Amino acid sequence: MKDPKLKPQLRFQINPGGWFEGGSSVEYTTNDWRLERPVINLDKCVGCLYCWIYCPEPAIIPLDREGRGPTKVEVDYDHCKGCGICAQVCPTKAIEMVREEVKV
Amino acid sequence: MELGERLEYKKMLLTGDDAVAYAVKQSRVDLVAAYPITPQTVIVERIAEFAANGEFEGEFVPVESEHSAMSACVGGALTGARVFTATASQGLALMHEILYAAASMRLPMAMAVANRALNAPLNIHNDHSDIMGSRDSGWIILFSESPEEAYDRVIQAFKISESVDLPVAVNLDAFTLTHSAEIVRMLPDEVIARFVGRPPRRPTLLDERSKSFGLMALPDTYQYFKDDHYRSMEESPPSIRRVEEEYKGISGRSYEPIKKYALEDADVVMIMLGSYAGTARMAARRMRSEGHKVGVLSLGWYRPFPKREILDAVEDADTLVVMDRALSYGAPANPLMTDIITMLYEAGMRKRIINVAYGLGGGEFTEDDARTLLEYALKEGPRREFFFYYGGRE
Repeated sequence: MKDPKLKPQLRFQINPGGWFEGGSSVEYTTNDWRLERPVINLDKCVGCLYCWIYCPEPAIIPLDREGRGPTKVEVDYDHCKGCGICAQVCPTKAIEMVREEVKV
Repeated sequence: MELGERLEYKKMLLTGDDAVAYAVKQSRVDLVAAYPITPQTVIVERIAEFAANGEFEGEFVPVESEHSAMSACVGGALTGARVFTATASQGLALMHEILYAAASMRLPMAMAVANRALNAPLNIHNDHSDIMGSRDSGWIILFSESPEEAYDRVIQAFKISESVDLPVAVNLDAFTLTHSAEIVRMLPDEVIARFVGRPPRRPTLLDERSKSFGLMALPDTYQYFKDDHYRSMEESPPSIRRVEEEYKGISGRSYEPIKKYALEDADVVMIMLGSYAGTARMAARRMRSEGHKVGVLSLGWYRPFPKREILDAVEDADTLVVMDRALSYGAPANPLMTDIITMLYEAGMRKRIINVAYGLGGGEFTEDDARTLLEYALKEGPRREFFFYYGGRE
């Protein structure tokens, strides 16, 4: 018989009142929330950074081009929740939302 | 000041609201964020006056609503500041959602609640439905019965909240306490300053290494936080007692979880919250002098509920008259009655219990009214009973 008073082990230490050291959300991945993933066609991307501005996470990472400032972008797939806003706002339609495959 | 030394008081004629404002001024509070509402208004006005005159060292923030008042207090407490707010009735109801945040984030702060009835019908007078609505928010809840008690309890509240990391609400009845002037034996500024000291260091938003507060906790962790909060309340009584004892040391005034009047050998005990307990004690005193075995028990602590103390005090009584100034519609019993019955059941005690809803929206309760109920309880009657008692004039 299972002891009903037994509590499962936590993956991390919790502090009374629920505070964490800064940056805790970096370690907390939310990629399994996603139904569709944004896929960026870098040939079409003009580096306007609309997606970076609109991404609520932020899961759009600007790529630095040899020190000449950010141009193209890539996606942080650990934290992207697949909301699709980036694809909506992209003026060159460089971002396509692709159905995630079901993991069995 | 050591016990036994001559205590120095400044005797002041103060209303409950004034007394609370003075307590805040003396307690080295860093932030007051409050919105005025009858009958708490004078507390806010007085503190604003102190701030304008340079007598209040802290920051006074006149916010635009009670929801913002409590939010500002949460923000202030997260910087490690000592914070205070005051409200009543609709204002407490508007704060409701942030009350839970303050408590479950384990933030020390003190709040005075000038207990007033809730709308509808619109009423500005005294009952306990406001604080009963916030009963389960996880705050420590204390009741006072006089302006001096409100003064003392607010000073204690800062120290209690900082020693257990829970917010503390001090209740004072609308008008009967907030607007009635009585002698308050105020303690010297430096004595209070030494008593409250500075808040102990805790993790804050201003720390060198950044921290996140008020995070989301999903089903995998949420229950751990609630478990921790629940336990902190369960374990708070010794810390509250320690503060009460320390306060006795500086003031000579003794505070306990419950106030007992003529309970030894009492057949009938009236159990109450708030200022009408004094009226009931007057009635009990007269009835005792006529040979009736009646007593009055009032609660200084409501949360944590002083089970042990109440059980010890009413063990030998036959009949309890449980006086509720708030209703719980459709529930098995009203708030205080629910607590008392649960407590008796756990202890295996069976008694005749009369639950009375009284004094709603400031409904009068005179010495004669207390006597009427106590005399009724002394006679034979059903084991369980509930009725509304209107009191006052015919």
